[in-house]
Amino acid sequence: MLKLSKLKEAIICLKAGKVTLPYPAGPAPVPSGFRGRPVFDPDLCIGCGGCANNCPAREILISDVCQEIRIIRYSGQRCTYCGRCADLCPEKAITISHEFETATNSIEDLRQEIEVFMGTCQRCGRCFKNENPLNDLILKGYRADDLAANRWVHTSRSFLGEGDFGDLKIELD
Amino acid sequence: MLNGLLSKAFKKSIWVYHANSGGCNGCDIEVLNVLTPYYDVERFGIKLVGSPRHADVMLCQGPASRPTAKALRRAYEAMPAPKLVFAIGSCACGGGIWYDTYNVIGSIDKIIPVDFYIPGCPPRPEAIVFGVAVALGVVDKKVAPVRFKQLEFPIARYHPQDLVEEDGMLVYSKMDHI
Repeated sequence: MLKLSKLKEAIICLKAGKVTLPYPAGPAPVPSGFRGRPVFDPDLCIGCGGCANNCPAREILISDVCQEIRIIRYSGQRCTYCGRCADLCPEKAITISHEFETATNSIEDLRQEIEVFMGTCQRCGRCFKNENPLNDLILKGYRADDLAANRWVHTSRSFLGEGDFGDLKIELD
Repeated sequence: MLNGLLSKAFKKSIWVYHANSGGCNGCDIEVLNVLTPYYDVERFGIKLVGSPRHADVMLCQGPASRPTAKALRRAYEAMPAPKLVFAIGSCACGGGIWYDTYNVIGSIDKIIPVDFYIPGCPPRPEAIVFGVAVALGVVDKKVAPVRFKQLEFPIARYHPQDLVEEDGMLVYSKMDHI
């Protein structure tokens, strides 16, 4: 009985044939709906900051150097490729590519940085209309995320003087 | 230099140890998918082992969280040198979506030195195979940091001195740029 079942297994294995994909030698096509690494187009970007406000991982940082220059930095470390930034972008400056071969030996290789000039309102210097008054309270006017420490700075909190929390310390030994 | 050392040190089969320090199991499943007959990495000699003492490479998934950081460091120290550490998934590379919660320390490179990063949430099995190939020096990495800078202000600024008089009307001379 046991021998017969082994024979059955052998027949099943022979029926399946070769299933191994030829990946390292041949190409690996991705499905059409696959979301890979987002690619930022600096020619289309208007610097509205919608991607930064809606990124669930807070991966896109915005820092206003002066009134008219804004630095937008995407630092691909904890990006989950949800594609929300591409959905939101009013100018379609962000496209979700099919690129998945992003393995690297230094995490800074995934960084994309755009420095754009901002058009300013002639009357008030800057006019931004948020969706609701609550968003107006949270993100008002200029943004000054900490680009050196790669950290989002909550505007209202930093305004109150409690923005810098510092890293958590843990005893390893 | 590192590539030369790697090709000498890891000439034969690589034994990998699979450490999850608080991930959601998504990357674990992708790593196990790499070991199935479909992506069969055992043909390259890569084999999963149960103990860090037998391993050459540690595949880390999940962020370093407060309860597991110590265990992760101990597992790293138990591995014999030369050793490699792969951070697989966005949690291990950068801390994940919950990078700033109370019990997540962040990326695992705050706890142990990481040699190769494979981002993705979760990364495709092909991406993991590609990462191993990059580590072994078979292929070159395909990403590089990008930085764009606008050098010219795209819209003409409004200056009162650009107002000129034409046919008895005050006209802004840079009108066609706006």
